[in-house]
Amino acid sequence: MAAETRNDAFVAFERVQKSYDGVTLVVKDLNLSIGKGEFLTMLGPSGSGKTTCLMMLAGFETATNGEIRLDGQPINQVPPHKRGIGMVFQNYALFPHMTVGENLAFPLEVRGMGKSDRDDKVKRALDMVQMFSFINRRPAQLSGGQQQRIALARALVFDPKLVLMDEPLGALDKQLREHMQFEIKHLHERLGITVVYVTHDQGEALTMSDRVAVFNDGRIQQLATPSDLYERPENSFVAQFIGENNKLPGTIEELSGDKALVRLQTGELIDATPVNVKQKGAATLVSIRPERVEFKPEMMPPGAHMIDAEVLEIIYMGDILRAVLRVAGSDEFVMKMRNTLGQTKLVPGQKIKVGWHPQDARALDP
Amino acid sequence: MAEATDPVTQTALLTTADGRPLKTALAEAQAKARRRAFLLVVPLILFVIMTFLIPIGYMLKRSFEHDGFASSAPAMVAWFAANPDFDPTNPPEEAYAALVSDLARMQVEKTTGMAGTRINYSVPGTISLFKGGARAAKNLTPPFKEALLAVDAEWGRPALWRGMQSASHVYTAEFYLVASDRKLTDDGWARGGDKERIYLYLFFKTFLISGIITFLCLLLAFPVAHLLATLPMAKSSLLMIFVLLPFWTSLLVRTTSWIALLQEQGVANDLLVALGLITEEGRLTMMYNMTGTIVAMTHVLLPFMILPLYSVMKVIPPSYARAARSLGATSWTTFRRVYLPQTLPGIAAGSLLVFILAVGYYITPALVGGADGQLISNLISFHMSKSNWSLAAAIAAMLLASILLLYWLYDRLVGIDRLKFG
Repeated sequence: MAAETRNDAFVAFERVQKSYDGVTLVVKDLNLSIGKGEFLTMLGPSGSGKTTCLMMLAGFETATNGEIRLDGQPINQVPPHKRGIGMVFQNYALFPHMTVGENLAFPLEVRGMGKSDRDDKVKRALDMVQMFSFINRRPAQLSGGQQQRIALARALVFDPKLVLMDEPLGALDKQLREHMQFEIKHLHERLGITVVYVTHDQGEALTMSDRVAVFNDGRIQQLATPSDLYERPENSFVAQFIGENNKLPGTIEELSGDKALVRLQTGELIDATPVNVKQKGAATLVSIRPERVEFKPEMMPPGAHMIDAEVLEIIYMGDILRAVLRVAGSDEFVMKMRNTLGQTKLVPGQKIKVGWHPQDARALDP
Repeated sequence: MAEATDPVTQTALLTTADGRPLKTALAEAQAKARRRAFLLVVPLILFVIMTFLIPIGYMLKRSFEHDGFASSAPAMVAWFAANPDFDPTNPPEEAYAALVSDLARMQVEKTTGMAGTRINYSVPGTISLFKGGARAAKNLTPPFKEALLAVDAEWGRPALWRGMQSASHVYTAEFYLVASDRKLTDDGWARGGDKERIYLYLFFKTFLISGIITFLCLLLAFPVAHLLATLPMAKSSLLMIFVLLPFWTSLLVRTTSWIALLQEQGVANDLLVALGLITEEGRLTMMYNMTGTIVAMTHVLLPFMILPLYSVMKVIPPSYARAARSLGATSWTTFRRVYLPQTLPGIAAGSLLVFILAVGYYITPALVGGADGQLISNLISFHMSKSNWSLAAAIAAMLLASILLLYWLYDRLVGIDRLKFG
């Protein structure tokens, strides 16, 4: 959260609000600072306001209230073509009536650059994405992945300081998407540009970003590094949105510093780390990642609570085994086990005890 | 070459599992579906043949055919056939004899008008000559040459003899010559005087007016189509109703409402006078002239431009314009370099459609065109009403040919496959 007050922010949103109809706010009081050279991802379900934020930054939407600054300058009144921001669109938006070369030369041409300089830059940008041999093709003659690379090269060819990407990999198949994620990440590292990336794919957000802003309901729910976001979600929305997650409702029985004892609705006591619960007796939702659930007592820290569970189903997934358990009256408790040689084989109907390290169970708002 | 032929020989050798050639098996497998598909389109094919191909073929035939003279003057037909190289400046006595016998026969069979009309196409002013000649024919005695010339010296005109020789054939290209402002003079076919060149001038004017109308339609339709394509659904549907409203109104009503608006005592003039922009004496003539034709036809044809444009614009994603803007293009450059080129198939389709419709338009210019707002189709209609079928057909055929030429040009320049009508 410290980054939000940074004064040397390259991109800054300050108290930004956006409404389309004058009745409801799509973006509610957004404050966000993005450092130079940072890869920041805006992650959230559709309708959470993330794309609107990107569009306001690009200049295609005007902020209803608040200020957006780029490199220290307010840009609310600057038209999109004067912002010098590169943008990659979800459907690539390559001009179909121009060749790849013409597409790349377009931003240079409108800047009045001479032909030989233009050709140099186009060649360099195409080499960067290993697509120079396609310079005379038309976008329709390229595959999705190839179009994506060209779109990337076009957004970078005029050396923008900031590049916005609006779900650029959404239309690609899984394997290509993963490949492109690394490619974009490497380009970002090599060129030292600032990237603001919008996606609804949490895996993508976690792999690529320096920091992730999780959007919901027009607000940033959490702004953190990928590991913090995954391991230390600050509220139940983030916990549920990022990765798989077991939820156990209960009330705070004991609260002391960074330890809490939670009594579940079925009466069992469990250990948890308090995150945003304030007092004893408050209702809470305890969140535990499936891969952090243990069923072998020897793996548990001394004195940790374990509770009864019944194996309902074992799903074989290759690298992991997924056990669906009945825990505290819920039939949807999931435990993931690594598929190692010596892994204990569980069978449906088997009664076991499960537990976790207290720091892996986070007591959140209900 | 060897590479290209190899796969062919291979496929020729391929057989199905039970040993039949693959091609035969495929054809048999698809034959039933193909027969059924064909049966479905048979009514349409018949309809098109009956109502489109046959009438057009008939029209084309009529533009080359006229037996008004050939059927009523058998002696002349026989004589012209026997003496194809006669001297039209001084036809011999036998020719006059044949002519007199035919004239007498026409008087009896009452075919003088038909024959005269046929000759009249190429040599104007001959209907009354034929009527006079036919009335006098049975009282004429040899030598017929002097006798007939005594009835009317016009009978000796070389142009007339050339005309009769040509008319003795049922099939002729003469009507196309007439429709190109040629006429038969004493020295053969020649261009008519300046005042007589009505057809080519009218062709030119028709194409010019159609061009103006197409351009005006494009100018008016482009923003409307863009609005239709970009507005939210509810608003664009409402706007679409306004665009289609003219389609649901009678053409006659629409045209006459323009008369009410634009005539000298009409709404537009009244308003201009009331505003003091023009004086009572200076009322503008916007109706019953070329202006009236252009205004009313632009209105009538506007939807034909809007709809193809709309269908093309609708599928242009807004992200193209956004991409161009983010790459540094001003809104004008974005329009010119990115948006406009992508609407070209729509512009081409709309323009072609409006132009072709305008070139053949009849009712609107007939109602509001006055004297100088008439188009070529009004002339076709005029000749049809005068039973000059062959000439009307020849003009229509020329119109058809010029449209086909335009279509061919369009295909060469833009490509028919890029056409999008909506």
